[in-house]
Amino acid sequence: MAADSSAIKKLLEKIGEQGLFFKAFVRNLFKPGFEWSEFLRQCYFIGYGTVGIVMLTGFILGFVLTLQSLPTLQQFGAQTFVPAMVSVSVVREIGPVITALICAGKIASGIGAELGSMKVSEQIDAMQVSGANPVQYLVVTRILACLLMIPLLTMVADGMAFLGGFTGINVKGGMSSILYFRKTFGGLSFTDLYPAIIKTFFFGFIIGFVGCYKGFNSNKGTESVGLAANSAVVAASIGIIIVDAVAVQLTSSLVYN
Amino acid sequence: MENIIELAGIKKSFGTLEELKEINLVVKKGENVVVIGKSGQGKSVTIKCIAGMIVPDAGSIKVFNNEVTDMDEDALRALRIRMGFLFQSGALYDSMTVRENLAFPLRRVLKIKDEEEIEARSVEVLDAVGLSGALDKMPAELSGGMRKRMGLARTIIVKPEIMLYDEPTTGLDTITSREISALICSIKEKYKTTSVIITHDMACAKITADRMVIINDGICIANGTYGELEHSTDKLIGSFFK
Repeated sequence: MAADSSAIKKLLEKIGEQGLFFKAFVRNLFKPGFEWSEFLRQCYFIGYGTVGIVMLTGFILGFVLTLQSLPTLQQFGAQTFVPAMVSVSVVREIGPVITALICAGKIASGIGAELGSMKVSEQIDAMQVSGANPVQYLVVTRILACLLMIPLLTMVADGMAFLGGFTGINVKGGMSSILYFRKTFGGLSFTDLYPAIIKTFFFGFIIGFVGCYKGFNSNKGTESVGLAANSAVVAASIGIIIVDAVAVQLTSSLVYN
Repeated sequence: MENIIELAGIKKSFGTLEELKEINLVVKKGENVVVIGKSGQGKSVTIKCIAGMIVPDAGSIKVFNNEVTDMDEDALRALRIRMGFLFQSGALYDSMTVRENLAFPLRRVLKIKDEEEIEARSVEVLDAVGLSGALDKMPAELSGGMRKRMGLARTIIVKPEIMLYDEPTTGLDTITSREISALICSIKEKYKTTSVIITHDMACAKITADRMVIINDGICIANGTYGELEHSTDKLIGSFFK
């Protein structure tokens, strides 16, 4: 019983800490003196540093999805529907979620480790005590950079998945590029695009926020840097999956119906 | 002489550990006050309370006659611009060069945009700490003593009125410790700073202290000049000078 109440107390404390961290983020978001150079530097690191792995994963996703679905659809003589099926699956669901999970692994852990080591080596304290604003400089810039770059990376992954699909369909048979891309984009509607894009902004926020929160709140000690990176990946991935489940429910009832 | 820092009845606990039980301290303008004590007696917590990094459970902290415990983040930030804090590790921004480390507080705290002024002030403080020519080095290329000097340069570049030193000579060899101690004195002379120096290095205390305070078990147990305390008949106080 005592253990239960202590666990609940800890959970409530964590929620409270996250609430305060979110409040600090929002308060500093609208303060004058936005750190444009640091924001652009973070956009470069997050975007350029992740685009390679996102492109490769997107391409393989489209390629594999096409190869897996082609034989089944061929049985019904419906192989021409493969591009549309792949494009809808990728744009609505697989592209945003897989990109976000990859970014959680690469970006959230990177931010968690970077800020965690800054915390442990008292660099954040030094920034704070010098009169600078570490939340504005380190947190706001990183979260906004994630918010901007994750949707862009998702679009890159989607595009690469279409290319992967085209490659896959031509490995098992043949379809001209004009026909393939006409079928791919013909299968998509605006209602497929905008809920997915909105969702990616939430994913970006989760990745940035969780990475910054875990790094900023890592306890003293080198071990906590690894823990901050590790727990940032886990928490961001869980957050992404939960937000995705909610988004699917919302879009199913509000958009697709 | 005007009181710059006044601590009265400061108490601070971490969980069940009562770190500060009753800290009373007054630092006058232009004074170098050395706070000594054994490890874990609350010395670092005391200066972190002065800088507003730790909020005490009870008591009053006045800096420039303003109550630190009542300040919000913005007021604290304004106060910290007048205050410099040298961390034990130096706390250099390790992803930035020495030049960028020095420019950071100028650009982001003092909002200086003139690159020539930033360069001139950077060169000046590096000369002052004896690190001329290190502008383009990364912190990882600096030795322990150089990192301390560099941390000091980054702190004094904003010309603070108060300097808080947390174990400035810990981990350094005797010669470098003596150089850092001499540097603390020269900074006091050159920049007219009021300083609180936390240390357990008696050689550093002897060189830098105008006055000394001894903290033991979260309480200030003695206050006086190095000479006065050195000749104290109290066993505990005497043990620091053996």
